[in-house]
Amino acid sequence: MNNEPIHSLAVEGITKRFPGILACDSISLDVGEHEILAIVGENGAGKTTLMNILMGLYQPDEGKILINGREVHFRTPVDAYATGIGMVHQHFMLVPNLTVAENVLLGMREFQKFLWQDMEGVRKRIREISERYNLPVQPDAYIWQLSVGEQQRVELVKTLCLGARFLILDEPTSALTPQETDDLIALLKRMSSDLSIIFISHKLAEVTALSDRIAILRQGKVVYRGTTSGQSVSNLASLMTGHEVVLPCNECTGGSGETILEIRNLKVRSDRGFFALDGLSLSLQKGEILGLAGVSGNGQRELADALAGLRKVESGSILFRKKELANKSPRSIIEAGIGYIPEDRNEEGIVPPFNVRDNLILKDFRSKHFCKGPFFRFDETRQNAEELQKRFDIRCASLNVAAGSLSGGNIQKVILARELARKPEVLIAVYPTRGLDMGAEEFIHERLLELRSQGTAILLISEELDELLNLSDRIAVIFKGKILATMPTRETSKKKLGLLMAGISGEGAA
Amino acid sequence: MKSTYRALYIFAISLAAALAAILLGAVVLEILGKDPLAVYKVILTEPLKDLFGLTEISVRMVPLILVALGIAISFRSGILNIGAEGQIQMGVIAAAAAAIYLPPLPKIVILPLVLVAGALAGAIWASIAGWLKAKLNVSELLSTVMLNYIAAQLYGFLLRGPMIDPAELQVGSGTPQSVRLPKAAWIDRIIPGMRLHYGFVIAIVLAILVYVFLWRTKWGYALRAAGAGPKAARYGGIKVETCLIAAMALAGAFAGLAGAIEVTGLHRRAIEGISSGYGFSGIVVALFGGLHPAGIVPSAFFFGLLLIGADMTQRIMSVPANMVLVLQGAVILSIIAAKMLIADQYLFERFARMLEKRGRKAAGGKTKAGAGKAGAAKVDRRREQP
Repeated sequence: MNNEPIHSLAVEGITKRFPGILACDSISLDVGEHEILAIVGENGAGKTTLMNILMGLYQPDEGKILINGREVHFRTPVDAYATGIGMVHQHFMLVPNLTVAENVLLGMREFQKFLWQDMEGVRKRIREISERYNLPVQPDAYIWQLSVGEQQRVELVKTLCLGARFLILDEPTSALTPQETDDLIALLKRMSSDLSIIFISHKLAEVTALSDRIAILRQGKVVYRGTTSGQSVSNLASLMTGHEVVLPCNECTGGSGETILEIRNLKVRSDRGFFALDGLSLSLQKGEILGLAGVSGNGQRELADALAGLRKVESGSILFRKKELANKSPRSIIEAGIGYIPEDRNEEGIVPPFNVRDNLILKDFRSKHFCKGPFFRFDETRQNAEELQKRFDIRCASLNVAAGSLSGGNIQKVILARELARKPEVLIAVYPTRGLDMGAEEFIHERLLELRSQGTAILLISEELDELLNLSDRIAVIFKGKILATMPTRETSKKKLGLLMAGISGEGAA
Repeated sequence: MKSTYRALYIFAISLAAALAAILLGAVVLEILGKDPLAVYKVILTEPLKDLFGLTEISVRMVPLILVALGIAISFRSGILNIGAEGQIQMGVIAAAAAAIYLPPLPKIVILPLVLVAGALAGAIWASIAGWLKAKLNVSELLSTVMLNYIAAQLYGFLLRGPMIDPAELQVGSGTPQSVRLPKAAWIDRIIPGMRLHYGFVIAIVLAILVYVFLWRTKWGYALRAAGAGPKAARYGGIKVETCLIAAMALAGAFAGLAGAIEVTGLHRRAIEGISSGYGFSGIVVALFGGLHPAGIVPSAFFFGLLLIGADMTQRIMSVPANMVLVLQGAVILSIIAAKMLIADQYLFERFARMLEKRGRKAAGGKTKAGAGKAGAAKVDRRREQP
């Protein structure tokens, strides 16, 4: 391994074409020693492609990579690691049923000798790294036992153990809770005294809190390069999207007072058998958005599943217009007029190999509108897809491409289009903008507010306090399967919600 | 541009796979001391030379197509049916029993009844595995294979006991077979003197119907959704468990029908070994045909050709007919390898880059001076080395 320090890394005129797309359009960037450069851009702006080129996963069509002023060629990630560049991918590259030390060992040739693995050496290296950077990890814990935040730390330790002195982090916070995100940002700031970091994100608050300099990509081009200080979030947002971004806000206090969905004393078991919902009660009024705040894992998934008929209700009731829905089949709940935007948009929200057109009729494929007897009316399904594509701005090469190949934002738009086209009376939206860029977030927020003004009751399950405060009429806080408090949005604050989410009942309960 | 590369890439990989299969077979033939080229020539051309060969291929195609159609339905619905062999045997038994024991009826009544009996028996036999999977999450690989054993023993028992031809007992030869079916239950032959029967027409019509069913109806949509994304299907209000049982029953019905048609169209009595491995070859035919009726029919033709060709090489070149199994194995291995390679994005990327550079070099050569061209080529070659 070459241990020459990396004083500077620069790319010059990098261009990469994919069929029909110019992913990177002569991009030039540079990062100095001990510097944090944030690369910001919407989904599809070319951030990840650029990083894959830096790591040797792709070859650029044009342009060059310079380290300490000398041109280098990376043919595989091994070349990049040998030079000291390491990347933490957005989706963790860890084997769940191996331990931390075993995962680290996977990439380390020097600890693998013929039929013999130097586990003690790996543990020692892990302890060194975790002490040096203050990254507590247990070498012998299994990955599946760790929380998402801990897994992130393991990824960092793994990359550092491989000798990385230059870190690339691809959207490292997209799966983290707000608390874990704050911890990570503090940690990266500390680490920057020792390392150089490229931080890819589209969450501008994090970018301004962390980075020294910033580069904004839009449609494969660098549209802004400069220091971070002095830039406001809204300024950066409009540079990123190319237009003024105003996340819509819920102005009026809503709810007609007419209760449409009443959940009483609901008890539901989690996959592991304990009561994830332990006597939860909640009511939803026509034409309101009820935000459900809470740290994930407090029963949100089980609540949404139970409401959609996908999980058995042990006791309690779900009354929709005074009719019992608990333990009804998913189909009868769909037909009753309840929409559901699921948490797992890639596997649950769409059938990945099915094309966009077929996915748009997933809940209505039996209806008279799309079927004549048992046979599909292809004209109708195509027309339906074309209309929804236009209305919801679904960007895909053709309606016949597999929905699973679309970007996260476009998959979410497919789901949103399908659910909203059915004009639901109640919509359950679970983390609807998680991991999406600002443009998509803005679009989805607008649609949700529009739906609300048409009289639909929306249960918005989210961890993003800004999202909840912006959109909700009322906010309820879930903790360990129970509702701790419900209050009108204007009577609450981030601080108050944060305390409640941590399970600390404020003066209201005392 | 990229799509041309893609097509070229798939073509190149497929060609390499076919060559690999041929080469593997050639090694075995060489060891046997036969001339591989001559053997391949016999296998691939001899059956196509006359009407007899062609009709015999078609005779083999009938069960292969039917079984493969059922396999395609089950695989597309997310349940793997390895039990077609047993389902064929149950179909043979039920069809033969219906033909023998039903009162004498006109052909137009009895033949459909016999075929439906066969299909129903296969469907019921397969549903056991479907039900076990849906209700108790028993692996269908395990249950269908085990059900094959039970079916084989039951088949042998019935042919040696309750259903044996009384004449066999009188003569004392004791060949395990049933009496000849009444003529009313026969499927007619198409060409006098040849064994090809109207079951072939049934198979082709069903291939079209399966296409329509899977891709043009709401039922097919539900089954395919259950297979392609069970979580999303459940979320969309589809009863995935019901789909599994239905898919398995359909697969069994097709295998049972294959058995019923073999007995009424070809052998006209239930005999030992009637399924002759079609239950397993059908899986290969289905996968080779891309789990799509439009691929299954030509792929059944190809495997029918191999079967007849193997018979002929045995007679003409005295190469053991089991050689065809070796070839089948080689073909399957190369298909699987080819599929992995075709799905490999990185390899494709490399291939496309290589072609692109070739193309640029060729184009550059026309316009640029010789010296510049040579220099550029040198740089390119250096960067291409892995």
